[in-house]
Amino acid sequence: MTALAPAAAIHIADLHKSFGRTRALDGLDLAVAPGEVHGFLGPNGAGKSTTIRVLLGLLRADRGAVRLLGKDPWHDAVELHRRIAYVPGDVTLWRNLSGGEVIDLYGRLRGGLDGARRAQLLERFELDPTKKGRTYSKGNRQKVALVAAFASDVDLLILDEPTSGLDPLMEEVFQECVMEERDRGRTVLLSSHLLSEVEALCDRVSIIRKGRTVESGSLAELRHLTRTSVSAELAGPPNGLSRLPGVHDLDVQDRRVRLQVDTDKLDAVLRSLTESGVRSLTSTPPTLEELFLRHYQDDMAGTGAGGRPAAADANAAAEPSGAEGGVTSR
Amino acid sequence: MTAVAAAPAGRRGSRDLAGTGALLRLALRRDRLMIPLWVLLLGLTVAGLSGTLEALYDTAAERAELGRSMNANASMRALYGPVFGDSIGGLVAWRMAGFGAVLAAVMSLLIVIRHTREEEETGRQELLSAAMVGRRAPISAALLTAFLANAALALVIAAGLAKSGQPVAGSLALGLAIGGCGMFFAGVATIAAQLTESARLAKGLTGAVVGLAFVLRAAGDAATDDGSSPLTWISPVGWCQHVRAYAGERWWVLLLFAAGAAVAGGVGYALTARRDMGMSFLPARPGPARAPASLNGAFGLAWRLQRTTLLGWAAGFAVAGGVFGGIADGASDMVGDNEQTRRILERMGGTQALTDTFLATMVGMLGMVAAVYAAGAVLRLRGEETGERAEPVLAGAVGRLRWAASHLVIAFLGSVVVMAVGGVGLAVGYGSAVGDLDGRRFGAVVGAALAQIPAIWVLAGLATLLFGSLPKLATAAWGLVGASLALGWIGPALDLPQWAMDLSPFSHLPKLPGGEVTATPFLWLLLIAALSTAVGLVGLRRRDMG
Repeated sequence: MTALAPAAAIHIADLHKSFGRTRALDGLDLAVAPGEVHGFLGPNGAGKSTTIRVLLGLLRADRGAVRLLGKDPWHDAVELHRRIAYVPGDVTLWRNLSGGEVIDLYGRLRGGLDGARRAQLLERFELDPTKKGRTYSKGNRQKVALVAAFASDVDLLILDEPTSGLDPLMEEVFQECVMEERDRGRTVLLSSHLLSEVEALCDRVSIIRKGRTVESGSLAELRHLTRTSVSAELAGPPNGLSRLPGVHDLDVQDRRVRLQVDTDKLDAVLRSLTESGVRSLTSTPPTLEELFLRHYQDDMAGTGAGGRPAAADANAAAEPSGAEGGVTSR
Repeated sequence: MTAVAAAPAGRRGSRDLAGTGALLRLALRRDRLMIPLWVLLLGLTVAGLSGTLEALYDTAAERAELGRSMNANASMRALYGPVFGDSIGGLVAWRMAGFGAVLAAVMSLLIVIRHTREEEETGRQELLSAAMVGRRAPISAALLTAFLANAALALVIAAGLAKSGQPVAGSLALGLAIGGCGMFFAGVATIAAQLTESARLAKGLTGAVVGLAFVLRAAGDAATDDGSSPLTWISPVGWCQHVRAYAGERWWVLLLFAAGAAVAGGVGYALTARRDMGMSFLPARPGPARAPASLNGAFGLAWRLQRTTLLGWAAGFAVAGGVFGGIADGASDMVGDNEQTRRILERMGGTQALTDTFLATMVGMLGMVAAVYAAGAVLRLRGEETGERAEPVLAGAVGRLRWAASHLVIAFLGSVVVMAVGGVGLAVGYGSAVGDLDGRRFGAVVGAALAQIPAIWVLAGLATLLFGSLPKLATAAWGLVGASLALGWIGPALDLPQWAMDLSPFSHLPKLPGGEVTATPFLWLLLIAALSTAVGLVGLRRRDMG
């Protein structure tokens, strides 16, 4: 988590929000730089939509600092909203208004609408603007809000699972549109469960869980935090692998070794393996899925199993024999 | 539009009703508060009236005198119908048959639409119907729920009146008549639910039929003093009186309810299996590809959303005003043949005063009903909020105050429009009946209608207060409106103490036309309306949305 430039498009620090006894946000941090596409991830109920509604000035923060385009989203809501387009994950439309009317209305409620771009987007998304409210399918209701957002003249797009219900072709159109927005220098906050979408679009991501930010950084940085699987057949018995920091799930069967290692500790493991002589070696690079799943799963984050390298280091230093769960050394 | 593509008529039978039991239990579970509240409040109000009337008119002579004077007065007949029997029970039936019938109808239409069209509109029905639920199960469950509610209502009324010493036969007749009227309109509601895709419109359509039934009966009873007008026989609200509880019960009239409910429900049954889920027989037409210039922000949107409702109310008030105005002159017509009633009328201030009293009563009734419009228009805000349609609007460059104001302006000015139209209808109806519409009289009647506005605004202001400060309790605004209506309609008969009557904002208004006007009550009411609106808006600014 880098130091926040004062010009951050979104800056949230230590945000708290409770609904009665339910603690929705519990010290959430989020930093989005101008011009970046920022992925906002987390399991259902982690607090993504609550955060977005605080950013929109619909909910009032209990505690913490929230700045949006350098302003306070609660007090300067109207002024800010001129520069923001929002797409919810479940678009509800008025029964007796046509899609085209809703698009124009949303445009007028924001900074204005680019007529040419509106027409072009309708064509690309293959949306019929003359249908009314409930006669649209789920995906088409999403398209109404997406066309309105992409055709609006705004600085920041807040998209909350915007592609739910879109078919793969439309998903592609959506990704193109987001990239065009980025090329035009606009900032995008994208909440999504689609890893392919996040991987294709996002410069940086933040992962939240139970109302807190558990990970934030560029995709490359996050990949770095994940584990690489290594399996090797050795010439001699392995030596001291269990004492190496960052090694998990070590399984030694005679001269066959299988283990997982924090990617930034891979070097030491390879060195140790070559000392015993390597007959064969397979190394599987980390996938984002693994990273996300690890953060989505409830039980693993609490044990600090590799989530934070610093913690893993401290553990390894204190107990060299490898107190980490899952070491099955002979 | 393939909305009403004919379903294969051959596949019927018991599968159509599969899941009715489960849906019925679901409906009863969801209505576990609403139905008991309606049944107990309405049932005990009717049943409790006998004790009050007994205390007020304890001799047979007094009751006979009341019956005679009421039957002689066209305005009173229009309001309550004729007095058929001057026993205590007979007076309860006179006072309550129409009132109870209308409220039972409202309860029933709310129940039926809630479990049919509203379920489809919200998309919940789709999930249910994907399970082992037959095509006609939802409508069956809704009708059964309405039946149970009306049966309970009939039972509470009958048992309550019998327990307070009224003849059992009459008590049963009155209970069954009111419950029967509820079932009739439950049937009508099943048809309305097929006609439109909007639950709101379906409720409005059924409500309009209820209103029409009341107006027909009122017009018929104003014209004749023995209930013989064919207009009262067209109206199910009139049937309720024709049962003549405690006055030689005519049990066969109850068959009209049974037959009417069966026919209406049958039409609903036939229609429901012939259409697609979520679709209607009046399908949505395509709209324009571009928004008109008028849809230019919060105000344009609010107007677009509310204009149809306002138009409907204005049209209804024009008709009701015209009809009531047309019968206002009836009071003086009826006097001639009966020396005793002529004396009563003269004691009450002569025919002009009597016409004024009638017009004032009508104006007051229009005012209380207009409060229903005003509260509904204010509560649109809450509907937009909970329906998640407010969120994207507020995510635009629209402040909360501006968004709220856009709907409130329509609620407050809309009630002025509705009352003005009602007043003009009343004046024109009266003028054309007496064949002379002079400007002064016209101004007095329209002015009287407009004088109701401060009281309407108080209720609209309180609705705003609830919405802004206690959003979860916003629907309690309906309770306030209902309480004002009940106080105004039956409060005088219950001889409630003045402080209780004064709880309704309408009781502070002078009786116009004809009464004395002072500025004080108007200023107080306007102040309360302004304050509660302001407090509501401050609350709205501070609270979380959604």
